[in-house]
Amino acid sequence: MTKETSRPTSRARFVRRFLQNPLSLVGVMIVGGVVVLALFAPWIAPYPEDAGASVHFDRALQPPNSAHWFGTDEVGRDIFSRVLFAARPALVFVVVVLALALGIGVPTGLIAGYRPDSILGRIILRVTDIFLAVPPLALALAFTVALQPDLLTAMVAVSFAWWPWYTRLVYGEVLRIRKEPFVEAAVALGQKDSLIMLRHILPNVVSPVLVKATLDISFIILLGSSLSFLGIGAQEPTPDWGAMVARGRLYLPEAWWLTTMPGTAIFVTVIGFNLLGDALRDALDVRQ
Amino acid sequence: MDLAGFLIRRFIEAIPTFFGLLVLIFLIARVMPGDPIRLALGPEATQAQIEAFRRELGLDLPLWLQFATYLQNLSRGDFGISLRTHRSVSEDLRELVPATLELVGSALLLSVVFGLPAGILSAIYRNSWIDASARLAAVSGVALPRFWVGILLQIFLAYRLGLFPIIGRSDLGVSVSQLTGFRTVDALLAGNMPAFLDAVWHLALPAFTLALPTIAQVARLVRASMIEVLGQPYILVHRAYGLPPRRIVYRFALRNSLTSTLTLIGLSFGALIENAFLVEVVFSWPGISAYGAQAVLAKDFNAVVAVTLVIGLAFLVANLIVDLLYGLLDPRVRYD
Repeated sequence: MTKETSRPTSRARFVRRFLQNPLSLVGVMIVGGVVVLALFAPWIAPYPEDAGASVHFDRALQPPNSAHWFGTDEVGRDIFSRVLFAARPALVFVVVVLALALGIGVPTGLIAGYRPDSILGRIILRVTDIFLAVPPLALALAFTVALQPDLLTAMVAVSFAWWPWYTRLVYGEVLRIRKEPFVEAAVALGQKDSLIMLRHILPNVVSPVLVKATLDISFIILLGSSLSFLGIGAQEPTPDWGAMVARGRLYLPEAWWLTTMPGTAIFVTVIGFNLLGDALRDALDVRQ
Repeated sequence: MDLAGFLIRRFIEAIPTFFGLLVLIFLIARVMPGDPIRLALGPEATQAQIEAFRRELGLDLPLWLQFATYLQNLSRGDFGISLRTHRSVSEDLRELVPATLELVGSALLLSVVFGLPAGILSAIYRNSWIDASARLAAVSGVALPRFWVGILLQIFLAYRLGLFPIIGRSDLGVSVSQLTGFRTVDALLAGNMPAFLDAVWHLALPAFTLALPTIAQVARLVRASMIEVLGQPYILVHRAYGLPPRRIVYRFALRNSLTSTLTLIGLSFGALIENAFLVEVVFSWPGISAYGAQAVLAKDFNAVVAVTLVIGLAFLVANLIVDLLYGLLDPRVRYD
């Protein structure tokens, strides 16, 4: 009953708060811009063929100019085009990692929080302890040791290191919600556990999970670009920001644009998602 | 509960976690597909050579027996032979761990040395240009890819201005006897001032690159907690009594913000170790992270296992130390 009546007002309040913050609009614009550029890269990029293995030695290592806004790389490919195309693996990376990490983290967190004393609940919590004992990049790197270094490996590796954070978050929330009268009532009415978890508890953990996921996007992008900088991730000739920076290092200090342009792309994208996440957190009024 | 009891209990709690870590890393290294032997010996190796090497490393045994041998060797501090450097991994690590610790330690020091004053100044001169630039630095400090910051500093401060060395840990020809493995400490112990300055000079850029996000976070946290404390009634009372503002800031506001700063620094240890992977690669710093990153690409299993375990262990110990210091600084915390 309360839920039904409070919903429209809280949504209106959310929208009002979100729009009040000018930085959130900047965040929306940056993120929207990156998504549009990634989607329409083949039509926007001035030299779409340079997203592949094309070679034009006649125009190699040109500094930024009117024909090549971001300059050209060591085999003469247009860096602006490659930076645009590289937004695609970056966004795919985020979507896949979040899907996998949430897909594992939320159900395990629900179970561990709903039945913390059950054997399954204890095992889940123990396992997350182990995963959280190593920093994510180190764990993701270790995970890739036996695998082919490519984008899929990098995505699975980061998800592998990331899911326990969601388990922990959901676990904490569920522990709290479980004691609420509406859950006790559902238990007293003899509803099935799965129904209680899905219908009564899950909706109440959505907003903290959503906020954490949004704030995590920037970390995931940074982690993904770090992995590809280290050589695990999309491989040549596929454009990838981290890998482009790594290759560009070989042509320093003269050809600074090789590293600077993809580096700036990472920076701007991360700032955009950061602003969006902060604004979302403030608007939803979730405590950190 | 007393301090010793707390220490023992926390230590016992950490054991299953560490054992779990051992199992996890073992599973990653041995159960995943891929043939490290083939990779280590190269495409020229004959089947017989591969079989011989596999037997030599004990990779032909059943999995549970491999695990038992692995635990037995680990208990002796033996991580096996590196498939890449063909040396004992433990020996490699002994040279590399101090370099990483020196880098991470310097980064922690820089976080406090830069972060604390920046936070104090932004709290005192709230909403001034100092505050605004600290805030800008904080936002970008977190959003800048670590490896890229390192490269930018290399381009501008090292290549263009020539203020710092581009890569490495010391200049050729500068040498001090190795006692601790920490270049700065060794040079001081030897009383060799030029070598000490050389070590610091080489540390500056990588340590700053590594410390940047922590500096930003420390500054933001100190600012927030100082503003909160400065608004408390008892500060107003002191002010009314005519205590000099400087004294109020240092005596009361600063001390109260130190506990949270300490927690933050402890928590950022993981981030520092993590970013050391990138910083060490960019600056060719001879530490375990750069070694680990190369080992991953070379599919050097023993080395990867060792690096991950050492980092996990360092992480556990760091968390324990933070818990302890927290209790020492804040008398309200009880060890229970």
